[in-house]
Amino acid sequence: MRLSEMKEGQSGLIKNISGNSLLRRRILEMGMTKGSNIYVEKYAPLKDPIELVVKGYHVSLRVEEAAQIEVETIAEGWVPSS
Amino acid sequence: MKEKTLTIALSGNPNSGKTTIFNAITGTRQKVGNWPGVTVEKKEGSIKKFGYHLNIIDLPGTYSLTPFSIEEIIARNFVLDESPDVVVTIIDASNLERSLYLATQIRELDCKVVFALNMADLAQSRGIKIDADKLSQLLDIPVVFTVGNKNEGIDTLLQTIVAFAESGHATSQERRVKYSMDIEKSIADLQVILEQKIEKDLPYNSRWIAIKLIENDKIIKERIVESAAGQTGKEILDATEMIRKHLIDYYDDDPEVVMTDERYGFISGIIKEVVATSTRQRVDISRTIDLVLTNRFFGFPIFIFFIWAMFQLTFSLGSYPMEWIDRGISLFSIFIGAGLPDNLIKDFIIDGIIAGVGSVVVFLPNILILFFCIAIFEDTGYMARAAFLMDRIMHFIGLHGKSFIPMLMGFGCNVPAIMATRTLESKKDRILTILITPFMSCSARLPVFIILAGTFFPNKAGTVIFSLYLLGIVLAVLSGKLFRSTILRGTDAPFVMELPPYRVPMLRSLLIHMWDRSKMFLKRMGSVILIGSVIIWMLSAFPRNIQYSRDYAGELKHIASSYEQVSIEKKGEAIKLLEKKRDDEIARVLKAKQTEETEESFLGGIGKFLAPVFAPIGIDWKGSVALLTGFVAKEIVVSTLGVLYAVDDNVPEALNKALATSGMTPLSALSIMVFVLLYVPCFATVAVIGRETDSAKWAVFSVVYTTLVAWLVSFVIYQGGSLIGVC
Repeated sequence: MRLSEMKEGQSGLIKNISGNSLLRRRILEMGMTKGSNIYVEKYAPLKDPIELVVKGYHVSLRVEEAAQIEVETIAEGWVPSS
Repeated sequence: MKEKTLTIALSGNPNSGKTTIFNAITGTRQKVGNWPGVTVEKKEGSIKKFGYHLNIIDLPGTYSLTPFSIEEIIARNFVLDESPDVVVTIIDASNLERSLYLATQIRELDCKVVFALNMADLAQSRGIKIDADKLSQLLDIPVVFTVGNKNEGIDTLLQTIVAFAESGHATSQERRVKYSMDIEKSIADLQVILEQKIEKDLPYNSRWIAIKLIENDKIIKERIVESAAGQTGKEILDATEMIRKHLIDYYDDDPEVVMTDERYGFISGIIKEVVATSTRQRVDISRTIDLVLTNRFFGFPIFIFFIWAMFQLTFSLGSYPMEWIDRGISLFSIFIGAGLPDNLIKDFIIDGIIAGVGSVVVFLPNILILFFCIAIFEDTGYMARAAFLMDRIMHFIGLHGKSFIPMLMGFGCNVPAIMATRTLESKKDRILTILITPFMSCSARLPVFIILAGTFFPNKAGTVIFSLYLLGIVLAVLSGKLFRSTILRGTDAPFVMELPPYRVPMLRSLLIHMWDRSKMFLKRMGSVILIGSVIIWMLSAFPRNIQYSRDYAGELKHIASSYEQVSIEKKGEAIKLLEKKRDDEIARVLKAKQTEETEESFLGGIGKFLAPVFAPIGIDWKGSVALLTGFVAKEIVVSTLGVLYAVDDNVPEALNKALATSGMTPLSALSIMVFVLLYVPCFATVAVIGRETDSAKWAVFSVVYTTLVAWLVSFVIYQGGSLIGVC
């Protein structure tokens, strides 16, 4: 599923990132690499952007950007350590 | 013996505590300026330590050295071209994995790197333990623990830097990122080609150039073409293209993406060896705070409260010192004026220079307070939350969430508002925000609205003024959309934004922040505004040899002599009455003289010359002169109207009455108000636009665009109103 389809409090593993090269590289450089754990902390009050926890820190992405990230949800809720 | 100078660059992620360390090292001995050609702040400081002269340069905070943003290009170019003796990379210890990404990129540049593991105390309290020796060994880099806000480890860091700079230590070629076999082979192939083709020295080390070429780095490609003679540049690029094609086929992905992935792979290997995480869960204070501050229901009300508080502080609290400054300046000009004979030089000093300097200094309280508030937002980490909340709304105009704060500040004063756009990272976002901010109706426009709306729409003044504010916002949004799809086209930069942990701000760093920016305002704006004020003064004061239509001197003499005659017989109360009558008459004559002078001045001439332009929007020559003087500051429109309609200052609401009987219709009053709302922001704003965009082009564009919009909208309102017969 897409990251933008995940709900608050869900965790997943990043499988693939699409979109243009600039966006993809930015996302990767911020540590959202393939195989990373990702946790949906919350959606902003207007439902966009999304706050995520990845590699132990908090980062936000617009929904349209999150839609470029394919994830696999983890059944057992992974809770970020930070 | 002359001291040896070492140049030290500080690099690191935003929020890594880099600025805190910079402040801890340099204290108040720092210089703030701009990097050449851009409006990114450049901080420098120099200290003497261990018999060395240390020159510290604070590079912009970045997450990587991939040249996408101005900050990244600046940071990379500095390390490449200025070859600092040591590059210190500040690493947020509780965020080691991501911090190491930038660190490994700097490491690849083959310069002398020292790691400062900052805020390790915080990391430890989170259960993260870092083996610094191991890290140092694995990367072949000195590692020092620091706690910037407690001043710990700073001396050790400086000692390490100096020792390392002086050691002949060659950076190990082994302990750096190794890419997968195919990429390594491509790098080696390209290195060979580079070394063969370019005979003179390569600008940087060949491995790094090869990596950047494979990553399709535009800047490096250009440099290679520049430094290679004749056809060789093209040959190298062709060879690179071949290699890239091969890699794209092989990985079914862009090599730069694969390489980013592999750098993180390399980092995660290091992390496994040097970090021990205890599993104990503890309460994360930042998350708890965010449960409230970015809460679905409370987030916006709290945000609005903070903004309201900032607005109140800046403009209400700021109005007191502003008033003192204003009063101080007028006392000063009276004091100076008393010692000077009445002549042109006196007018020039008082109305030209002192008034000009005053119009700059008067902004200072606003600017100090505003930048103090913004520094609090930034240093605590709330700015990122504000952007998080507002992004959905601002994205509609194609802007970043952070643009909201400068635009809102525009309702107070456009000058600090435009300076506040420095918090925006993307240059296009910054220019776009700067261009639409003047449509936010600043507080100087309010007096004009109050007079005109109060006179011509006495029962609906509130509604009229509110509609004007709304009109400004609507035009800002429309202009934003227009610019985004034309001159500032392009998708806005990816939003990807860190939400850093909340931190208690340090007073010292808040004050340094506030003072640096205010100083910049005074220094860079002062002269421009002063010159502008003097020009406007000259236009209104010249020519001096006016052929008056009346004999003002004679009239004044007549008033005085008739008073002398009558007053001989009167005593007590009657004398006072007579005196008042005399003074009123003198004031009236002087006013009439001033009116005539303004009318005959160059400014009046320009106003009359421009009258045909203003006629279609229902503004007569008096209105156009008033609008011209509004260029200095919008509230001056009111006082110019006062002069032109020869208003008696002693009578309350005299201007209202004069305007009401002047033949101006409510429709043309509305047209003037709309024009005042939208046309050229004041001179100070134009100057600050020029400074902040670093180009006169945008300042001129803003003047032309806003005036054009003002004219068009006023035209539609005036002609439309006349057509449907409103008035």
